[in-house]
Amino acid sequence: MENVRIKSRVLKSNVIMILSTLAALYGIVFLGWILVSIIYHGYEYLNLDFFTKDPVPPGMPGVGGLRMAFIGQFIITTIAAFIGTPIGIMAGIFLAEYGRGTWWAMFIRNLADIVISMPAIVIGAAVYVVLVAPLQSFNGLSGSVALSILSLPYITVATDEMLKLVPKEMREAAYALGAYKHYVIKKVTMRVAKTGILTGVILGLARMAGEAAPLLFTSFNNDHTTFNLLKPMATLTITIFIYATGPYHEWHEQAWAAGFVLTLGVLVAVIIAKYLVHGGSFTAPFMYVARRITKINKG
Amino acid sequence: MIELKDSGAISPVSSMKRNGKVGNTLFKIAAFTAAALIPLVVITIFVVLFIEAYPAIKVFGVWHFITSKSWDAVNNHFGAFTPLFGSIYVTIWAFIFAAPISIGVAIFITELAPHWLKPIVTTAIELLAAIPTVIYGMWGLFVLAPFMQNHVEPWILNHLATLPIIGFLFNGPGIGIDTFTTAVILSIMITPFMSSLIKDAFSLVPEVVKESAYGLGATRWEAIRKVVMPYVSSGIFGAGIFAIGRALGETMAVSFVNGNNHNPGSFLDMLSLLNSVTTITVTLADEFTEAESHLYLSALFYIALILLVISFSTLAVAKFIVWRLERRWKT
Repeated sequence: MENVRIKSRVLKSNVIMILSTLAALYGIVFLGWILVSIIYHGYEYLNLDFFTKDPVPPGMPGVGGLRMAFIGQFIITTIAAFIGTPIGIMAGIFLAEYGRGTWWAMFIRNLADIVISMPAIVIGAAVYVVLVAPLQSFNGLSGSVALSILSLPYITVATDEMLKLVPKEMREAAYALGAYKHYVIKKVTMRVAKTGILTGVILGLARMAGEAAPLLFTSFNNDHTTFNLLKPMATLTITIFIYATGPYHEWHEQAWAAGFVLTLGVLVAVIIAKYLVHGGSFTAPFMYVARRITKINKG
Repeated sequence: MIELKDSGAISPVSSMKRNGKVGNTLFKIAAFTAAALIPLVVITIFVVLFIEAYPAIKVFGVWHFITSKSWDAVNNHFGAFTPLFGSIYVTIWAFIFAAPISIGVAIFITELAPHWLKPIVTTAIELLAAIPTVIYGMWGLFVLAPFMQNHVEPWILNHLATLPIIGFLFNGPGIGIDTFTTAVILSIMITPFMSSLIKDAFSLVPEVVKESAYGLGATRWEAIRKVVMPYVSSGIFGAGIFAIGRALGETMAVSFVNGNNHNPGSFLDMLSLLNSVTTITVTLADEFTEAESHLYLSALFYIALILLVISFSTLAVAKFIVWRLERRWKT
């Protein structure tokens, strides 16, 4: 009797372990499936024209390329990075260095945790009201602003957590030498936490670059290459969205090729970040958030 | 006298000191401004959406708006029930698909995988999390939806739709553009996040604690279920809430395969996995730039505001629950 009970317990355990293995297999099968489709379809349609030419209207001879999307993506992401990164890092410094134990730092910290999963499309809608409607034209600048809002809490949380890891003794040693607080932050704590913050920033920017929803109502789309920030500007993500849902076969081919380039870019950034900093992982800042969601921050 | 001399620019030491003081203040102000921007941006987003939604709030009210099914751009009558229900329903199914898989992956990585395989599986899962969501959407449209339509859904229609009681879940055209495909895509998207977070939580459990369970004769599953999971239950809870938040607010992964169908028929039809519905995010993405009338646009801002409130309150409530629990444990 006892024997049967043990056997059934062991059986149950083994069944669940087999199911777990299958679950891991399931995840890897989907990753493989997605990557193989993107490489297979995307690679097929890649050529030099794809990077150097603007699109040809459907029905006209020739295929053209998506030059406008590459240039637009680069401009919008770069400007967004220049807006979001310094603000995010400074906000993180404020929370970790100045706001310890205060109610307003606790408030901002909890707020940052909550808005990190704010729906991206809602950010786009709000930016539309402030920066697109008054100008009466979709514009690239508003796209950058929307993306920087998306990355801001992410970079703040990563900086805050990385600075918290710096031992108190290091700061105290600098204070004992008579250093001002901002020297301590700039010369000691930031230097110690540098690589961690850098990983957080790279991964935050990689996420941001792959997000299309906030751009739908802000930078929108443009068939021509433009450098004018006050005009609609194409990006890879929006081009994929429009081309993949479009009616033409050539559009679908180009959407695959654009998807190939975008995925390659983002994955390379992630792999660099991972091996630049040993043990860094793409989900690291998300892990802090999930851990923080499960406890109230008292500063 | 002495003070005057000290503050003079002649002495390099005192000038550095003064710069240091000024720099100190400036740096603090800069950091404070940056941090204050976060609540400022959040408040601005709420206020802006509310102002833009106000005409629609005035016309349709709150209760009427979220319970009315009519979405009629011609007669300017809008109700949010269909997209609101769709957002929540799709998220629930995505969570049901993703949760056991994520726990399974986490168990595999922490307990089962041989040493050489661990980093490979971990990296693979992390890469899956890094793929841009628009790629998930495109892949869903070109690869998964036809696969569902040709291979999976005919089988479901033949075998499951005739079942008693739960048969209504599987009634529908089964063309691959439906709740089922959307939920599968979303579940693939949130699985890497959840499994990474749960894996990280699992690895926080001290080896000794697990060994004590094995010492008492526990099987592997019993050690996980009775020792590891309770130890990190708050971590698992956080991972789940976080994944739900992401699924609710996702636009690109769902917009391709969701169908944006504002007239899914009766409530029973809306529950069917093989029917197309719509979500708040998909409605916004498809109709925002085409909204002709002022009221139409206002109604779209209204549903955006509703989505923001839901996503915001989900995470806020999660934090509050844990705060209450923590307080109870302490007293």
